[in-house]
Amino acid sequence: MTLDKIQPGRSGRISAIRGEGAVKRRIMDMGLTKGASVAVRKVAPLGDPIEITVRGYELSLRKEEALNIEVDIQN
Amino acid sequence: MSVKIALAGNPNSGKTTLFNALTGSSQYVGNWPGVTVEKKDGILEGTKDVVIQDLPGIYSLSPYSLEEKVSRKFLVEERPDAILNIVDGTNIERNLYLSTQLAELGIPMVLAVNMMDVVKKNGDKIDFARIGKALGCEVVGISALKKEGGLEAARKALSLAETGRKGEVPHVFTGSVEHALAHIEESIQGKVPKDSIRWYAIKIFERDRDIIKNLDIGVGLMKHLEEHIRDCEKELDDDAESIITGQRYEFIQSLMSKALAKSEARKNKVSLSDRIDRIVTNRILAIPVFILSLCAMWFLAVSDNGPGTVLTDWANDGLLGTDGWHVPFTTHESSADGPYKNMDWEAAQEAYAPHAKNIEVWEGAYVEAFNGANKGKEGFEPIENVEGKLDERIAASVKAEASLEDEETGETVVDDDGKERRWTCDYAAYKASKAFPEPDPSDFGVWVPGIGALIATGLEKLGVGETVASLVNDGAWGGVATVLGFVPVIFVVFLFLAFLEDCGYMARVAFIMDRIFRRFGLSGKSFIPMIVGKGCGVPAVMAARAIENRRDQRMTIILATFIPCGAKTVIIAMFAAVFFREMWYVAPLMDVIGIAIIVLGGIALKKTRMFAGDAAPFVMELPAYHMPTLSGVWRHTWNRVKGYMLKAGLVIFPACVFLWFIMHFDWSFNVLADEEIEKSILHDLGSAIAWLFAPLGFGTWQDAAATVSAEIAKEQATATLGLVASGMDGASTAAQIQSLFGSMSKFPLLAAFSFMLFNLFVPPCMVAIAVTFREMGSKAWGWFAVGFQLFVGYVLALSVYQLGMLFSGGVFGVWTVVAIAADIFCIWAVTRKSKA
Repeated sequence: MTLDKIQPGRSGRISAIRGEGAVKRRIMDMGLTKGASVAVRKVAPLGDPIEITVRGYELSLRKEEALNIEVDIQN
Repeated sequence: MSVKIALAGNPNSGKTTLFNALTGSSQYVGNWPGVTVEKKDGILEGTKDVVIQDLPGIYSLSPYSLEEKVSRKFLVEERPDAILNIVDGTNIERNLYLSTQLAELGIPMVLAVNMMDVVKKNGDKIDFARIGKALGCEVVGISALKKEGGLEAARKALSLAETGRKGEVPHVFTGSVEHALAHIEESIQGKVPKDSIRWYAIKIFERDRDIIKNLDIGVGLMKHLEEHIRDCEKELDDDAESIITGQRYEFIQSLMSKALAKSEARKNKVSLSDRIDRIVTNRILAIPVFILSLCAMWFLAVSDNGPGTVLTDWANDGLLGTDGWHVPFTTHESSADGPYKNMDWEAAQEAYAPHAKNIEVWEGAYVEAFNGANKGKEGFEPIENVEGKLDERIAASVKAEASLEDEETGETVVDDDGKERRWTCDYAAYKASKAFPEPDPSDFGVWVPGIGALIATGLEKLGVGETVASLVNDGAWGGVATVLGFVPVIFVVFLFLAFLEDCGYMARVAFIMDRIFRRFGLSGKSFIPMIVGKGCGVPAVMAARAIENRRDQRMTIILATFIPCGAKTVIIAMFAAVFFREMWYVAPLMDVIGIAIIVLGGIALKKTRMFAGDAAPFVMELPAYHMPTLSGVWRHTWNRVKGYMLKAGLVIFPACVFLWFIMHFDWSFNVLADEEIEKSILHDLGSAIAWLFAPLGFGTWQDAAATVSAEIAKEQATATLGLVASGMDGASTAAQIQSLFGSMSKFPLLAAFSFMLFNLFVPPCMVAIAVTFREMGSKAWGWFAVGFQLFVGYVLALSVYQLGMLFSGGVFGVWTVVAIAADIFCIWAVTRKSKA
């Protein structure tokens, strides 16, 4: 399942990152790499962007970027 | 030889706080990622020649962002003697990601783990020795906020710099990557500095074009290396860049599993920051909370009775103007005998007001009568005031009459029966009023005269001529006072913003608003500058600096000043009072037009080649909330206010003196009286450019002059208009301005509306333009911004006037065609398919 479709409160482990270039590098630089565990915390009041917890801190990203992140849901 | 230490770290790691503590310079601590855009340095306290070079807050040394490029260029090319890497101990995993990259540069490094006070309070334990061994550097714990350990860490870096002792470069990658790297290292030996060969090898592996381009690697060798990289990619089924990034994090993760012991008790506890966030970014509550916080700022800065307005009034009239002010808490009712006994200051002023009005009105009428009676007599010079020229015979017959203007709105007071209310005063009433004592402010408390008044009396005592007095008071001091008069509002806005930024709320605002703003090519972060722009365009342009993406920042700067600022509100208020009295919606309409321009302009700009391309990723850290420190907020606010005052002082002051000069002199530098303004340089300059405004409906020298002075400071337009219109018929200023617009267009209302639109939506005042040029980064970009704003303002005014005439009066001409063509162009620019 891609990260943008995960309900707030659920978490999982990143299985793949698609895309390329600056956007992909930026996402990975922020700690969203294969194998990292992520938890979706909430969706912004207007439906986008989303807020996640990764590597112990809070990060917000747009759904269009989250679309490129494949996650295995764990709970 | 001086020693150079680079201070590097993530945004929000406390880097700026540490920098301030180390160098003693006053800088600002923010919570918004990427706030340190410029390069800052300082001398380490207690030394003479140890330079601390503050690098921008960065997450990585990738080639994709400006800050990261700046940082790595400095690190690689200038090679500081040591690196002081500050990491946030409460967010250590992601912070160490940068450290692994810094460690590869082969520069002596000290790792300062910040926020140890919080780490300890949380009950977490960090094994410094283990981290130090893994990364090949020294590790120390500090608390920048509590000023603990920072100086020691810097001294450690200094001693490393002096001995040049560097640690073992860490090996963080798996077998096949290390194998490829070893291969690359071997083949580039001698081509890159020995100490940082590892760093170069990794960059080549990542296919970092910026680095490879500057290295002398033959095509053949590169092809050979490419094979190794491809083999590795095939084996690990990923691209080289992702392999490196992923393995760095894996390395840190496995290191942290041994070096970080999280307190068990805290694992499931909800922190205060989380609890705040639950309300602030709650689906339902987020927007109300946000609006509430905006209202709070509005109340503080610009509402009628808010501290910003009270302070502004005090600054403009009391402190800087010709009035004066009572020291707070010293005010009391008058105990002096006389008509004001037991009254407070306000009541006394009110009691005296009719007498003041009597004197003003009657003396005006008397001067007129006196001059009229003596006209033609030999050697007679018309008088300007009554002083010493009171002729009883003439005086007895003078019965003054005047319209009554409302103090606040400047409107003529009209009674219920539709007749103007008149104020009358005869000689007897005048004498009575003249004899009536003026209230002495010092009877009501400790009175401080205004600086403007002090200067006036000072000049009088010195016995300087009227011209010099006017230059000093109206020109020079007027300029200074204009600048300083805006300081209270700006101060309040900045204080509020500094608080919101420092506590972490600004990042949440961007989070909440992003959905709306991305639709027209901006990001959630663009919202703050536009809000600030309602108060003043100068801080708005400066606030755009917090937007890390350069393209978004530039677009925000170009668009933010379209929101009518505080000074433009003065223009709106005047035109609403003079022309659009029945139309309550004119003022809010201006805000709506401003927002529409921002939305449409954003869409149109986004489609140009300059702003096209992939949208910048909106990947933003939401830092934990914390209570900002008083000194941090203060430093932050004061730096910005100081910046404003300097900039404004340098621009507005000379401009005001210049404006005064061209208003009061003719070309042969003769001094002119107020009513001789038609001989002034200003008149000629206005006439020279008036044709530009003819298609907009206000091609007179008066309006041109007002427009020019509006560029110095927007509210100047009303003052200039009032002054230049005084030659027109009409009893009151309002009537004069009405006849001014009536004299040049058959559609005075349309012309007035067009004039107002033009002055609201062309480039902002000179100060804002100067700041725009600075923040846009280059002259070309600065001109682009100003050109765009000019185009928008001109086309808007042109369209409204020409199409208005077409529809209301059937007037059709060349300019109608031009206006329609311009509108079609605009529609095309907004609706065409994007180049991207």
